[in-house]
Amino acid sequence: MFTPHTKNDVEVMLKSIGLEKIEELFTEIPAEFRYPHLNLPPRLTEMEAAGELSSIASANVTTRDFLSFLGAGAYDHYIPAAVDNLLQRGEFYTAYTPYQPEISQGTLQAIFEFQSLICKLTGMDVSNASHYDGATAAAEAVILANSHFRGKRPKMLISRAVHPQYRQVIRTYMQGDPDVRIVGDDAETGIDPDMKNFISQIDNNTALVMVQYPDFFGRICDYREVIETAHQYGALVAMVVNPTALGLLIPPGDLGADIALGEGQPLGIPLSYGGPYLGFFAVKDALLRKLSGRLVGETTDVDGQLAYVLTLTAREQHIRREKATSNICSNQGLMTLAATIYLSVLGKTGFQQVSNLCYQKAHYTADQFKQIEGFQLLNENTPFFHEFVIKSEQPVGELLDHLLAHEIFGGYDLGQHYPELENCLLLAVTEKISREDIDYLVDVLQEVHHD
Amino acid sequence: MLIPEELKYQKTDEWVKIVDGIATIGITDFAQDSLSDVVFVEFDIDVDDEVSAGDSMATIESVKAAAEVVFPVSGKVIEINQTLIDTPELLNESPYEEGWLVRVQAADGTELENLMDAAAYAIDIQDR
Repeated sequence: MFTPHTKNDVEVMLKSIGLEKIEELFTEIPAEFRYPHLNLPPRLTEMEAAGELSSIASANVTTRDFLSFLGAGAYDHYIPAAVDNLLQRGEFYTAYTPYQPEISQGTLQAIFEFQSLICKLTGMDVSNASHYDGATAAAEAVILANSHFRGKRPKMLISRAVHPQYRQVIRTYMQGDPDVRIVGDDAETGIDPDMKNFISQIDNNTALVMVQYPDFFGRICDYREVIETAHQYGALVAMVVNPTALGLLIPPGDLGADIALGEGQPLGIPLSYGGPYLGFFAVKDALLRKLSGRLVGETTDVDGQLAYVLTLTAREQHIRREKATSNICSNQGLMTLAATIYLSVLGKTGFQQVSNLCYQKAHYTADQFKQIEGFQLLNENTPFFHEFVIKSEQPVGELLDHLLAHEIFGGYDLGQHYPELENCLLLAVTEKISREDIDYLVDVLQEVHHD
Repeated sequence: MLIPEELKYQKTDEWVKIVDGIATIGITDFAQDSLSDVVFVEFDIDVDDEVSAGDSMATIESVKAAAEVVFPVSGKVIEINQTLIDTPELLNESPYEEGWLVRVQAADGTELENLMDAAAYAIDIQDR
């Protein structure tokens, strides 16, 4: 709602606090900082500014222009036209957080459908109405676990194969709590898919065990022993999942995870330079009250008609500020809607098809690498989904530059986060990549080797 | 409103009964009536925790509100009424018997002197 102040309103307000001019409100700010001289270029007309901005924007190269094998947490999937079309309807686009069910049925129903779809996808019992992105959702799992054990289990065991940026965000979130220890992701524990070194660190002080599925390297590891051991010690298990992979894989709920979370961007949200994205977060019934944010439920109104309401907000700040564990509310409302429309448009079969196409195309691509000199496929002995790691004889930087010159985003340089994976490249293959695209990549790479 | 004679009361609507140094603590009939239907109880402590009077014990959520319960006495927690987790309505049905919350090995009997007797509590809630 926009509520303008008239000149008279402003005068009345100033008078009531004993001031004459609005500038007097800012006298606390030292004079030299109050109205500093800004070194700005000469002003432009709207037409000139629009021209300049679009010329700057046209310098960008996107996945529309180049072939992309970049993944590492954000994936270039096809987005059906219906998603944007429905998303940009004014009724949804401008809707505010649904505190008043009387006037928010559409938004509430959309959130309810989103929660239901996430539960179906993850095999969990309850989902909240979203987080900012996968990384902040991962941090919320740590907060949840810490509050679940009331700070009595200070150890958070996080696999080194969880997205490195997620682990950074977790550390940022938890830096204010000196008791919480984030461990298990050091080089010594390593990234072996059998996770022996990792499992041996689970103990009675462990509040949370976090693994990624498929992991950051695209591998589908068998986490049953991790989960079983964690539960033997009474710890909670959080699985960071790629939703697209769940079209094929056993859902985390069935594997025994207590928390399933992840990045919802692959569900109909454009790459868009890193955001806005969508964090999803679902738990088993036992953790229902610990879930941050809000839950929308289905009910009937006084006339017996189907209606949607905010059913539970046990940890939300506007209910009990001092007991809140999070500032999360409905959050990425528009992005949840995009994911909801995406999943609805694809349907169960369509979604499984996307998942299967990603899997098959990635495996076809990986197979090609076996035949290109100068490259070694590292995932060979572990099942993988739509991402895999190759080791290059040539420095990765040079390789990526060469690919870029051929209009290919080659992949993610793993050496920047993993010293043990120097000159290793993480490649993602989605349904958008055609066989011709893959053959082109192979041609360019063979050329690299012969250069 | 039931206010049993033999109990001691705290201003924040907890009752306590000490038998052989063991304090049983709950919320009063007045408290459960004000809250209306209780739907959830969450304990903030574990058995064997050392607690002080004034420490937070539990949060009780009803269809109307969420209320904090605080310890009226200090000591060591020896028992928590786990049946309330699945049947929180016992707090409404039987606040002084089946709806007890926590038992504490009371550290200091003199703390009872800071609490109200039934008559004082009856006056205290009169104007609320």
